[in-house]
Amino acid sequence: MGEVLRIALAVAAKDLRVEFRSRTALTSAVVFAALVLVVFSFARDPGRLSAEELAPSVLWITFAFGAVVTLNRAFYVEREQAAFDGLLLAPVSRGAVYLGKLGANLAFVGVVELVAFPLFVLFFDVAVGGAWPGLLAVALLATIGFVAVGTLFSAMVVRTRFAELMLPVLLLPFMVPPLIGAVQVTSRLLVGRPLSEMLGWLRLLAVYDLVFVTLCTLSFAVVAEE
Amino acid sequence: MSEDRARTAIRRGLVVTALGLAAVATAYGLALGYAPTEIRQGAAQKIFYVHVPAAWCALLAFSLVGVLGGLYLWLKDFRLDALAAASAEVGLVFGAVMLTTGPIWGKPIWGTWWQWEPRLTLTLLLWFLFVGYLSLRAALVDPSERARFSAVVGIMGLLLVPFVHLSVYLFRGIHPQPIILKPSRPSLPPEMLTTLLVSLGAFTLLYLGLLTARYGLLRLVDLREDDGDA
Repeated sequence: MGEVLRIALAVAAKDLRVEFRSRTALTSAVVFAALVLVVFSFARDPGRLSAEELAPSVLWITFAFGAVVTLNRAFYVEREQAAFDGLLLAPVSRGAVYLGKLGANLAFVGVVELVAFPLFVLFFDVAVGGAWPGLLAVALLATIGFVAVGTLFSAMVVRTRFAELMLPVLLLPFMVPPLIGAVQVTSRLLVGRPLSEMLGWLRLLAVYDLVFVTLCTLSFAVVAEE
Repeated sequence: MSEDRARTAIRRGLVVTALGLAAVATAYGLALGYAPTEIRQGAAQKIFYVHVPAAWCALLAFSLVGVLGGLYLWLKDFRLDALAAASAEVGLVFGAVMLTTGPIWGKPIWGTWWQWEPRLTLTLLLWFLFVGYLSLRAALVDPSERARFSAVVGIMGLLLVPFVHLSVYLFRGIHPQPIILKPSRPSLPPEMLTTLLVSLGAFTLLYLGLLTARYGLLRLVDLREDDGDA
C-alpha cells in the first residue's frame, strides 16, 4: 500500500510539474469556467427567476464543464513523444499509475473550482455564511466521483481522433448521479437546512466514489495494456 | 471457413428477423382486434403492447453488452466483442422505439410529453451512453483496443444503472407501476395479458434475429480486416 501511494504521488507530482511549467491548460480551463459563469448571468431573466433559485445548478454545471475541459488534457500530454509508453515501461502497478493521474486531475479540477467559486459568489450574490465547510465537503465528494470516471475515459478517448468531443459524450451520463446529488445538497446548504436532510444524498455520493474509484483503478490495467 | 459461418449467421438472423416481423404483425392484430379497450385510457392504452416489449428488448440488449464485455475481458474472444457491439446497435433501435412511443402515450394520459421521472431518465441516459459506446467503437482503429475499451464502458454502464435510478428515485415517480413482474398475481384481464406476452415474444424474436444478423455482418467485417492486415 505504501508503495502504491509513493508511485501515485510520483506520477501526480510529475503531472503537476509539467503543468506548472507551461500553465497553458489550467489557465484556459479557469478562464473557460469564469466565462461559463458570465454567460449564465445573462441566461436568466432577473424579473422572473431569482439568482438564489438558479445558483446551485449554475455552480455545478460550471464545475462539470470546467472538469470536462480540464480532463481532456489529462492524457493528451502523455501522447506527445510517446510519454505514456515510457510511463507504462516502468515496472509498477497500473493501478498506482491511475491513482497518480487521478490525484493530479483532482488537483487541476480543484483549482478550477476554487477560482470559479468566489466568482460565482460575486456574480450571483450568494450568501455563503457558515455553509462553506459543507460546500467544501460536497464539492470534494462529487468531484472525486466524476473525475475518477473522467480520468479513465480520457485515457481511452486520447487514442481516438475526436478525443475532445468523445470525452463529454461518454462522461456526461456518468456525471448525472454526482451532479444531481451535489445540486440537491448545495441548494439545501445555501438555505441553511439541517444536515439530516442531506445525509441520504451524501451517502449516495460517497458510495458512488467508492464504487467508481475502485472499478476505474482495476479497469485501468485493461485500458493501458500493450 | 469462419467467413462461411459468419454468412450462415447472417442468413439465420434474417430468417429469424422475418419470423419476428410476422410475429409482431400478429401481436398488432391481437392488440387491435382481440385485447379489450381499456376503460379510462381508451385506445391510447394500445401503445402499451409496443412500448413495454420495446423497453424490455432495449434493457435486455444493454445488459447483455455489459455481461458480454465482462466475458470478453475474461476469455479474450473477439466473437464476444462482436456480439456486444451488435447488441448495442439493436438495443439502440429498440430504445428509440421505447423513447418515442412513451411520449406519444404520455401526452394524452399524463398531459405532458416528458417527465423527469426515474425510469424515463434512466432509459434516456442509457440510450445516450450506448450512443457514446458506439461512437467510441467507431473512433478506435485497433481491434483489440476497441474490444477492451468498449468492454470497460459496457461494464461501467451496468454499474451506473443503480446510481441513476437511486438519484432520480427521490423525485416522485408517475410512471405506471409494474403489473406482471410483481409479488402478487398479474393485474391484467387475460386477453390483455395474452396479447402482451405474444408481443413480448415477438419483439424478443425480432431482437434475436437482428442481433444474429448484425453479429454475422460484424464478424465478416472483422475477418476481412484481418485478411487486409495479413
